[in-house]
Amino acid sequence: MTFLLLQLLTGIAGASALFLVSAGLTVIFGVTRVVNFSHGSLYMLGAYVAWSTLTHLPATPLGFAIGVLATALVLAALGAGLEMALLRRIYRAPELLQLLATFGVVLIVQDATQAIWGAEDLSLPRPAWMRAFVAIGSERFPAYDLLLIAAGPAVLGALWLLLHRTRFGTLVRAATQDREMVAALGVDQRVLFTAVFALGAGLAGLGGVLALPDGSANLQLDLSVITDAFVIVVVGGLGSLTGAYLASLLIGVMQSLGILFVPKLTLVMVFAVMAVVLVVRPQGLLGRAAATVREAAAPPLVRPAPRALRWLAAAALAALIVAPLLVGPFTVSVLTEAMIAVLFACSLHFMMGPGGMPSFGHAAWFGLGAYGAALAATALAWPLPFALLLAPLVAGIIAASFGWFVVRLSGVYLAMLTLAFAQIVWAVAEQWSGITGGDDGILGVWPQGVLARPHIFYWLTLAVGTAGALLLRRALYAPFGYALRGARDSTLRAESIGLPTARLRLVAFAIAGAAAGLAGGLSAYSKGSVFPTYVSIGHSVDALLMVLLGGVQTMSGPIVGAFAYTGLYDTLLLATAQWRLVLGAAIVALVLVFPQGIAGATLPAWRRRAA
Amino acid sequence: MLRVDHLDGFYGRAHVLQSVSFALAAGEVLVLLGRNGAGKSTTMKSLIGLLRPRGGRILFGGQDVAGWEPHRIARLGMGYVPEDRRIFADLTVAENLEVGRRPARVGLPEWTEEKLFALFPNLARMRDRPGGRMSGGEQQMLTIARTLMGNPELVLLDEPSEGLSPLIVEQMAHAVLALKQAGVTVLLAEQNFHFAARVADRAAVIESGRIVWRGTMADLLADEAVRAAHLQV
Amino acid sequence: MAPARGVSVLAAAGLCKSFGGVPAVRGVSFAVAGGEMLALIGPNGAGKSTCFNMLSGQLRPDAGRVRLDARDITGLAPRRIWRLGVGRTFQITATFASMTVRENVQMALLSHHGDVFRFWCAARHRHVAAADALLAPLGLGPHADIAAGVLAYGDLKRLELAMALANAPRLLLMDEPTAGMAPAERTALMRLTRTLAAERGIAVLFTEHDMDIVFSVADRILVLHQGELIAEGDGSAIRADPRVREVYLGTGATSGGH
Repeated sequence: MTFLLLQLLTGIAGASALFLVSAGLTVIFGVTRVVNFSHGSLYMLGAYVAWSTLTHLPATPLGFAIGVLATALVLAALGAGLEMALLRRIYRAPELLQLLATFGVVLIVQDATQAIWGAEDLSLPRPAWMRAFVAIGSERFPAYDLLLIAAGPAVLGALWLLLHRTRFGTLVRAATQDREMVAALGVDQRVLFTAVFALGAGLAGLGGVLALPDGSANLQLDLSVITDAFVIVVVGGLGSLTGAYLASLLIGVMQSLGILFVPKLTLVMVFAVMAVVLVVRPQGLLGRAAATVREAAAPPLVRPAPRALRWLAAAALAALIVAPLLVGPFTVSVLTEAMIAVLFACSLHFMMGPGGMPSFGHAAWFGLGAYGAALAATALAWPLPFALLLAPLVAGIIAASFGWFVVRLSGVYLAMLTLAFAQIVWAVAEQWSGITGGDDGILGVWPQGVLARPHIFYWLTLAVGTAGALLLRRALYAPFGYALRGARDSTLRAESIGLPTARLRLVAFAIAGAAAGLAGGLSAYSKGSVFPTYVSIGHSVDALLMVLLGGVQTMSGPIVGAFAYTGLYDTLLLATAQWRLVLGAAIVALVLVFPQGIAGATLPAWRRRAA
Repeated sequence: MLRVDHLDGFYGRAHVLQSVSFALAAGEVLVLLGRNGAGKSTTMKSLIGLLRPRGGRILFGGQDVAGWEPHRIARLGMGYVPEDRRIFADLTVAENLEVGRRPARVGLPEWTEEKLFALFPNLARMRDRPGGRMSGGEQQMLTIARTLMGNPELVLLDEPSEGLSPLIVEQMAHAVLALKQAGVTVLLAEQNFHFAARVADRAAVIESGRIVWRGTMADLLADEAVRAAHLQV
Repeated sequence: MAPARGVSVLAAAGLCKSFGGVPAVRGVSFAVAGGEMLALIGPNGAGKSTCFNMLSGQLRPDAGRVRLDARDITGLAPRRIWRLGVGRTFQITATFASMTVRENVQMALLSHHGDVFRFWCAARHRHVAAADALLAPLGLGPHADIAAGVLAYGDLKRLELAMALANAPRLLLMDEPTAGMAPAERTALMRLTRTLAAERGIAVLFTEHDMDIVFSVADRILVLHQGELIAEGDGSAIRADPRVREVYLGTGATSGGH
């Protein structure tokens, strides 16, 4: 019993750091409407800065307190700098592009951190006072963890007072609802936003430093923490600090008890909790139904492609068909990857653009298709055509069943739920090693016969990819695609002219899943292997990047984006060890220069000139 | 007080304001009359800086404020009451007023919560109620009171009668006349001619982004031809 | 009290709805006949929109029944109710911003004809003539190729009406159909609605703050106050009702009500 209690307390202690990060994330989102992907990076930086500070300060409680304060202040300053240098310039950009830009920051911070502090995990030598224990029953519990347990409610209380008892807090809450009106009443938004960002970054830093003694500063912290923070903010309800605290407790306790009972399925349990909460209360535990977004620009009309563009596409296709006869094997393999990326990007665009369902977890369907085809090819020894057919079936059917939950939500919540499902698939791929091979993956998935020749396989990929992309496009110009867009533009109007919006979204979700699965199946054969990284957040973000680079509101966007991204990625990988830094900087620059995506920016100009 | 010179505004590629000019003297109420989409709200938003005009000048407080950030224009003494009220729904009445609070201006009486509650007695009774849980008429009063907390010299009132029941519209007319008595200059945008006739000194009729008629309210009331041509009343 | 013309198309009986324990609509009953224009007026917050949302299925009543042509439609989903012949326009217009005006109406027609789950044919070539026939009487013909997202407010209101008419409805629910339109336009739109309703035997229930319009086009008027019906009758009866003057109409000095 005591043991259980201790495990519970450990969970609550762990929840405090999670709460600090999530509180910062939710405060920043509330006012600036930016989902800050780099918030986990600020937490990671907090841990590293704290390590550097604390190792230079006396190992006393006072030294620790000074180090904590200093870290929070340094991170607040970094946050303010980040806001002024980047975020302030993209407040008017679509929210997914903001996400993209902050993901660019994640990449930059990763390489910068590695350059400054090295790749090794850095842990803090725990001074004597920190090793103190208190007796609970027959067991001993670290006194430092009691401090952590107290920190959560203390910060929650302080934030509540700040937001409800000061003029600054009143302005922050007002700006959360209508920042333009706040400006029209004479409040300088810039100062307010910078201050809020600094506050949020400071909280992330505080989380990083408080968690340091129990763990270490390492380069994996950013993505693992941001995933937890997303889950917490969504479970608690976006914009609710108390909700974030409750959700942190829930997740923290789930994690510590999960390790006790079902160590392999901890991650699955955490995300299952999230799925259950979202299905029962789509707005989160204490969240309110999402306010209507005031500044959402009307999506542009969807027109048939201009004649010139059709000719250009035909010429490009012809070039792709003859390419293997002219270029070397390396370029053929890059082009194969690019065609797989085109299908993957088009499938995400299908649900995200016309369907209005942004996904953070599209790699799930890609991975399911890849594993499906790979298992069929190796364990069942199916020939390629059947294995390739199985890939979209597996992905599509599972997407249809997951989709039943997903289509009940919208916007950021929907994106987060797709992330959760992708993480479940990833956890299964990692941990069910008897079937999936775990981290070792499945090897030896090679096409047989004539298809084993790279340029023949490339032609197959080109044919399948082009056909898939064209079919998706056809459906978008058909009544189904119109109805899907109708459901996105106005659910209210769609339902009141008899459109079954939930069913339309579900079908679109399943189609998108199946198409991504097909891309995954091709990829398994192209690489000859499948690994859990196929399902990772990074791979989901790849898809998002391709669609957003190309422009989510154009039909040609995902194709342009897929080629641009594959090209950029492969070039960078070859050219530099610091590819993350360069890629991140390129993403940030692209968002700043083309807030509507590449195709989104060039197509209107083209139409204007043609008109 | 305010002079607008050849103001041009675009919305996307549509030329929604075409060389709009008018002026307001201190203490008067000028009404911009016109149908929806004529350019009334666009004019208002351009004046307070929520839309950036493409051309022309906005002389206010001795400076050309065209293209300034909204908060700088507001701090110069321009108050904006938007058409759709834009109450902070989660904030209480008192907190809504707090957001609008700015220091008093030399030579003008200072608006306080007490004075505003005297002007709008309904608000006094619901000081701690969230703005989202008020009726449309109460919200309209709150949004005017919130703007007055900034002690503006000039108030832009965008269709204060829109969507309100006849009884509340009457109260709104009393409130506008009370503002005028307190020395506040008012630029009103309206479609409700009866309401405008009650409160305004002068009128400008706007049609497809152009001012097509200018004069005193008395002239407009007397000139049936103009009313029939432009206002269809 | 003016007798309802013809057989009632819609009948609501004892509708009640509360939000968080606060009653918004309390025991409202009424009927509308084919071809009849019935106005629902009352102060802001009297429960008009709540009533509308219960009729069209956006809200499920706590108590009471709604019948359409003697068929019980209480609590059905909005799209089921639409299929049974109820068209609706909204107080804050809801249209498809990424489509042209014509495509908006085509969408309603595609839905009406059960074409929604077709994946191959090109949607923009379907029901073109029928869509144009719906747009023309509303004066939207010249705007057919403009994006609905950039349409002026008054035109959006008319587009909503065209979409609501696409499935040849038995009943039209119009929530403040003329808000944001110029006075002459308002009267023209409501006269047109009245003509269409009379020709096609459509029952029309609408809310409206402009008393000129209410008194000139409504056959019958219901007055709602704090969730209850406090008066029902034709224009002269409502104007003369002291209770209605007290809670809603006032003296009429700023509203044009005479």
